[in-house]
Amino acid sequence: MTTAIQRKQHLVAYGFILPFFAVFATMFIAPLAYSGYLSFFANKLVGGVKYVALGNYVRAFQDPAFLFGLGRTALILFIQVPIMLGLALFFALALDSGRARGSKAVRLLIFLPFAVPGVVAVLMWGYIYGQDFGLTGQITRALGLPPTNFLSDQLILFSIMNIVTWAFVGYNMIILYAALKSIPSELHEAAEIDGASQWRLAWSVKIPMIRPAIFLTIIFSVIGSFQIFNEPKLLVEIAPTAITQGFTPNFYAFNVAFVNQDINYAAAIAFLLGFVIMIVSYVVQLSMQKREVRW
Amino acid sequence: MVTAQLTPVAAPPGKPSKTDKRRKTVSRGKRRSNLLTLVMWLSVLYFILPLIWLFMSATKDNSDLFTTFGLWFGDDFNLFANIRDVFAYQDGIYARWTLNTVIYAGTAAVGATALATMAGYAFAKYKFPGDKLLFAIILGAIMIPLTALAIPTYLLFSSAHLTNTPWAVILPSLVSPFGVFLMRVYAADAVPDSLMQAARVDGAGEYRIFWTVSLRLLAPGMVTVMLFTFVATWNNYFLPLIMLNSGDLLPLTVGLAQQQATSTAGGGAQALFSTVIAGAFLSIIPLVIVFLYLQRFWQTGLATGGVKG
Repeated sequence: MTTAIQRKQHLVAYGFILPFFAVFATMFIAPLAYSGYLSFFANKLVGGVKYVALGNYVRAFQDPAFLFGLGRTALILFIQVPIMLGLALFFALALDSGRARGSKAVRLLIFLPFAVPGVVAVLMWGYIYGQDFGLTGQITRALGLPPTNFLSDQLILFSIMNIVTWAFVGYNMIILYAALKSIPSELHEAAEIDGASQWRLAWSVKIPMIRPAIFLTIIFSVIGSFQIFNEPKLLVEIAPTAITQGFTPNFYAFNVAFVNQDINYAAAIAFLLGFVIMIVSYVVQLSMQKREVRW
Repeated sequence: MVTAQLTPVAAPPGKPSKTDKRRKTVSRGKRRSNLLTLVMWLSVLYFILPLIWLFMSATKDNSDLFTTFGLWFGDDFNLFANIRDVFAYQDGIYARWTLNTVIYAGTAAVGATALATMAGYAFAKYKFPGDKLLFAIILGAIMIPLTALAIPTYLLFSSAHLTNTPWAVILPSLVSPFGVFLMRVYAADAVPDSLMQAARVDGAGEYRIFWTVSLRLLAPGMVTVMLFTFVATWNNYFLPLIMLNSGDLLPLTVGLAQQQATSTAGGGAQALFSTVIAGAFLSIIPLVIVFLYLQRFWQTGLATGGVKG
């Protein structure tokens, strides 16, 4: 191939990627750059907008509302994400083993909540959680159990975890199931002929082989946990005392920008949030790589 | 024998479709487990009962909603009356919200798919200076959550006086780094280099090859990306919430949430509960249909991401 042809092909390739990168630059890079710029300023009561260098970031790390929001996210990461992915993995393995009757219907029905918009899911669960008139209230009363307020200050975080789990188990299950399907079938046929149990097969053959998919679900869950917004935003109407302004970091950024009208600080929080997510994703990636050596 | 078959462990897994067929013949001989069947169907209840509640509640009037059992019909069947109320609310603004949602999600899906297909195709099929760096940037962008980007985007749009227009929702939704990633993986397998070479020998230009040869082969991947962007935009709440404030421009998500807030806040507006629930129920039907109808595509999409990600 001559260089003239090569050069022509380079130009063609740039032509193909140009439209995407033009929109990417204006809708992705520019907003980040602009809010990065804004985050270095603050609107002071005296003197108006002033350059404060890293002042907003220092403020965020001393702001209890922001830190408690991060703390709640950490709880979600350590409690809800393992439960959700554990269930997803169990369902995926069970479906893949082909030992349950009606597995095609099971797969679709477990996935169905993912097709429900987050807003509708939260709205629906909000009604279901109602202590007096909701479905949970009706069931606890019918069973003679003491009434439980799922929207109380103590329980609301767990109620939110339940909503997220309900919505996303199916999505993660499908990712893992698709990965399991792509394992060459000779592999477990051989193991089965050798008399390996389904548990053993899952643990020693299937799970190690779908590690990239498991990694993907973990990363997506980490990102998703830091983004939680719909749940506090919609539940605050029916649980005004339990949902504080900084319930989740994302909800806090929203409140700072649109309730407190402090866009400079909001820009700093949004930026910081993206940064935290990148660090956590990186840590997850590192720990997965370390494990690779052992497996 | 076993060791010989274990060697492909490290090799990349094959196409799902082929193994799928082979697997079916095997599973026919497998024994079913009653215990596992029971566990699976009990689990299904957890996922399906809330939706059954939603349907049952959509058929009730306000008094039945709070007095009759949530998982069964009320004393009167009010579904059609409720649907009438949904469309009568504020001179039929629900229809307007639906139309907006379709327009936003449709435009974003078509646009994002076009951009992602061209870029992914270029990354898969051409070598050019800077390709590795640019693709690394795209991979990095997948990690940045859309909602962390929403407030910055709002700040930029508001300084350009572009908020409260349909563009404020559509333009940011056109960027799909994951779509580019997906199309790159898809194009690498779907469009054979030999086919492109043959077309070149026949004297076809690169853009012509793309239009007449490659595009058809890329179609299944494109449907997947389109489906995902469509659903993401359809379900998006944060971005339209901050970008839009005229009621006429709202999509279903923001409209329903606002209606719900009104009904919770005002004692006098209490009659709205069943209207909100019926509206919520109606709003999920199109997506459920799309998902069921296009099953094959979202499964390939998630498979591509999961296997090679």
